[in-house]
This record gives sequence, structure tokens and C-alpha cells, in this order.
Amino acid sequence: MATRFKEVLNSGKFIVTSEIGPPKGTNLEKMYHHIDLLRDKVVAMNVTDHQSSVMRFPSIGGCLAIKERGGEPILQMTCRDRNRLALQAELLFAYTRGIRNVLCLTGDAVPVGDHKEAKGVFDLDSVQLLKAIRQLEAGRDLGGNELDGTVEFCAGAIVTPEADPIEPQLVKFEKKVEAGAEFFQTQAIYDLDNFSKFMKFARQFPVKILAGIVLLTSARMAKYMTENVPGIFVPQSLIDELAAAPKGEAVNKGIEIAGRMIAALKKDFICDGVHVMAIGREELVPEILTAAGL
Amino acid sequence: MKSITKQKPFDEIEEQLEGLDRIYIIGCGTCATMTRTGGWDQVLSMKEHLQEHGKMVTGWTVIPTACDEMTETSLKENDDAIRNSNGIVVMSCALGVHKVSCYMDKPVVPALDTLFIGLEDEPGNFQEVCAQCGQCVLGQTAGICPLTACHKGLLNGPCGGTNKGKCEVDITKDCAWTLIYRRLEAQGRLDLMRKYQPPKNYQVAPRPRLVRIA
Repeated sequence: MATRFKEVLNSGKFIVTSEIGPPKGTNLEKMYHHIDLLRDKVVAMNVTDHQSSVMRFPSIGGCLAIKERGGEPILQMTCRDRNRLALQAELLFAYTRGIRNVLCLTGDAVPVGDHKEAKGVFDLDSVQLLKAIRQLEAGRDLGGNELDGTVEFCAGAIVTPEADPIEPQLVKFEKKVEAGAEFFQTQAIYDLDNFSKFMKFARQFPVKILAGIVLLTSARMAKYMTENVPGIFVPQSLIDELAAAPKGEAVNKGIEIAGRMIAALKKDFICDGVHVMAIGREELVPEILTAAGL
Repeated sequence: MKSITKQKPFDEIEEQLEGLDRIYIIGCGTCATMTRTGGWDQVLSMKEHLQEHGKMVTGWTVIPTACDEMTETSLKENDDAIRNSNGIVVMSCALGVHKVSCYMDKPVVPALDTLFIGLEDEPGNFQEVCAQCGQCVLGQTAGICPLTACHKGLLNGPCGGTNKGKCEVDITKDCAWTLIYRRLEAQGRLDLMRKYQPPKNYQVAPRPRLVRIA
């Protein structure tokens, strides 16, 4: 059985988590394959919750599959699709099925996804969801009613160190810490100097920070993310490095870059660990970890 | 305060008018005139359009304010033309459509969609600034409503979709929380943003909302 994420989080070891994206449909073979591939290589696996507001197999289903296959899941929970009743109910269910880690997110906006006319819920936000977890742990639901059997979770949140402007993000970061976040997984970072500045701020708080590592697969993808994805900035030097790779070799260059960054973060104790997101190329995560010397 | 409207596609208006061939058209002299969706010009265009599409238009009027008490009087003044029709097209917000429907025993069809209650911040630019939530937070957010101005209606600060001070959902729109931060910062009141905002009470006035003044 996998070691509890919280135990490793507090062990002082450099932590590596990764991510599983559930399928659109009921064919779970690829997801099972990714789980089996990563289960023993990372401390825990996040399961995304209708990532980018695209309807998929649910996060909780992915987490149960990880449990069944001997891994340690982190349940990603967004506030986009469920009101406070549904969120609390799912937390109760998750706890009874051995899921002990939750990442609280607001969730992407509905119009960016594939059900553009759906009603966005956002009854709670990520800070309120963190508070809700702590309240359930204390034995009461958000209506103030007593629970017959409580929950216990290692609760985390996200932060975007490259957000522009950064100041409002940092205010929210502090609110998440106060609301009970124990760990943070960041949006993708590529500029280690800038990230170090963020870490100087974050180190004031008693929380663990896992830097988000998103695999760059080509110069074009890196450029696209910088130009179009809020909070992601890929320095020109990295784009040039990818562009200079021989034809068909850009992915390998991306693996090398990711590995190099992880090694640097670990060597200089810049943060407490990394969260590796390969977005559909999960089979490459072991290679990234090898490139990082892990 | 203005009720901001947009004309429905003609296809949809015609679909609603199926089986109705004698039409009376009602515009509104207040909000729908200012938004150029239900003033005299738009009423006349609608008349021409309906005539071109084989409808007989028995008459038309623009009621000063379609949602107020004078609507009944105004309709009585046009009683003959209205009686001659077998369907009414209303070019006002839904409040006007509702009001007109109260006095009619024949089908009343909206020609407009009511989008939001907004204000005209510059000529021709109508902005939603209040979502009528029943529990005003403007005192803590420097006069910018996060429930309205933030796409997700977030109460505790921005999401990760802030993009150079704009909203990722629509880059022509400002990120509400960037605006709130800047204003609170200028006022030396950032502590207000640091304060935890609990989940909102969405049942302040349970729907359908109704207030009676004693």
C-alpha cells in the first residue's frame, strides 16, 4: 500500500506528484496504464476534475481507480459544477473510500470548455471550500449541523506565481493558507529566478510548495502557452532551445528542460517538491524523472 | 438604471408569430429607446419587416414607459387597432412584456431578449454593475461588485485566469479583482481584501422575489 501523501509531505523529502487525466468516455484502459506506470514513481497522483471545463469521467472515479491499484490519490475538486451540498457530500464519500487528499480549486470558467451553455455554479470558491473541509473535520457541515462521523483530509490549493499582476494572487494565497491549505501545487513555472522570488514570499507561511512542471513538447507549444495561457510565461531562451532541437527531437529537449529544472529546484532547496503535468503525455513522466536524476 | 435588451433574431420572432397574421406592435420610450431596441425607429423597422413577410400590421405605438401604470391607459387609447389584431409584438424589456400581457386576452410575443440591468457608462456602452443579489458587498470592494464584474462571481480574490489585468474568458474585459485590488490599494484599505468572505446567502429573498411595503 502506498505511503500517505501527508506523511511524505511532512518528512522533509523532496516530493514528486503527478497528474492523471480521466478519459472522455468509459474506456479506462489508458488511465489504468498511466496509473500503473506512475504509481511507484511519484508520491501521489492528482486526478483532474473536468479539466478546462471539458466533461470527462469524474475525478473521484479516477481516485478510486488509483486506490484500487495501490496508489495514493489527490482528489481535485472544483467549485464549477457543484453547490455546497454536492461538494460536502462528495467529501464524505471520498473519505469513506480512503481518499485522504484534496486539492481545492475554483475551477475553469464554463465557456472555455465543451459545454459552453452550461450553468456555472461557483456557489463556493476555493477559499470557502478549504474552510468547508476544516468545518467538516470539526464535525459540522456548512449548515451548522452535526455530522455522524467526520472526515480528515490533507487539503491543498493552487497558486499562480507568474500571474500578472501578482499582488492580488498573493493576497488570495494568504487567504488559502489561513483557510487551512497545507500544500500548494503551482501553475507551470519556467523562470526559476522569478519563482525564487515567489518562494521567498511563500516561505513565510507553514505550507509546502510543489512547483508546477509542465512538459514543453515543441517551440510552438511553448510560444502558444506564453501568449495564450494566463499565468504561464516561458522565457525566450527556452523557446529558442526547443526550436534549435533537431526535427522530431523537440519532445526530448522538453524532457531534458523539465528534468534540468526539477534538478535545480531540488539541489538549491528552492521549494518542497514538484508537481509534474505531462498533459496527455503521462507515459513520458518517468523519463522526466530520470532526466532529473530522481 | 436601465433594462438592457437585444432584439431576438427575426426567425425566432416569426416562429412565435406562427398562425398570427394581424399584428399590433408596442415599443417603449424609456430603456428600449436608449438601447435602440424598442424606440420609434425600431418599431417602424419591425412594422416594415412584418409587412414584407406577409403580416398585416393593425397599428403601433411607443408607450412612454412600458412597465409602469400608464401602460393600461396607453393601450386603451389604441383599443381599436389592438382589437383588430390577433397578436401583439412587444419591443420592450420583459417587464414591459409582462405588464402588457396583464391587459391582453390575446398572444403577446417578446421581440427582445432582456440581458441585464445596467448603466450607460459612456454613450452606447451599457455595463452590468449589479446582479441584484440582495446582500450588497460594495462597501468591502471599493464600489466594484465581484459578483457581477467577475465572471465566476468570486468573493475572496481573483482566480488564476487573470491575464495582464484582463479576464481569460473575455480579454476585452477587466479582471474585477485586479480593479478592486488597485482601488483598495489606492485607498489604503487592502485589509478589506484580506478578510475572509464566507459563502454567500443565495436565499436572502427566496425566488420568486417579492417585497411588500406596509
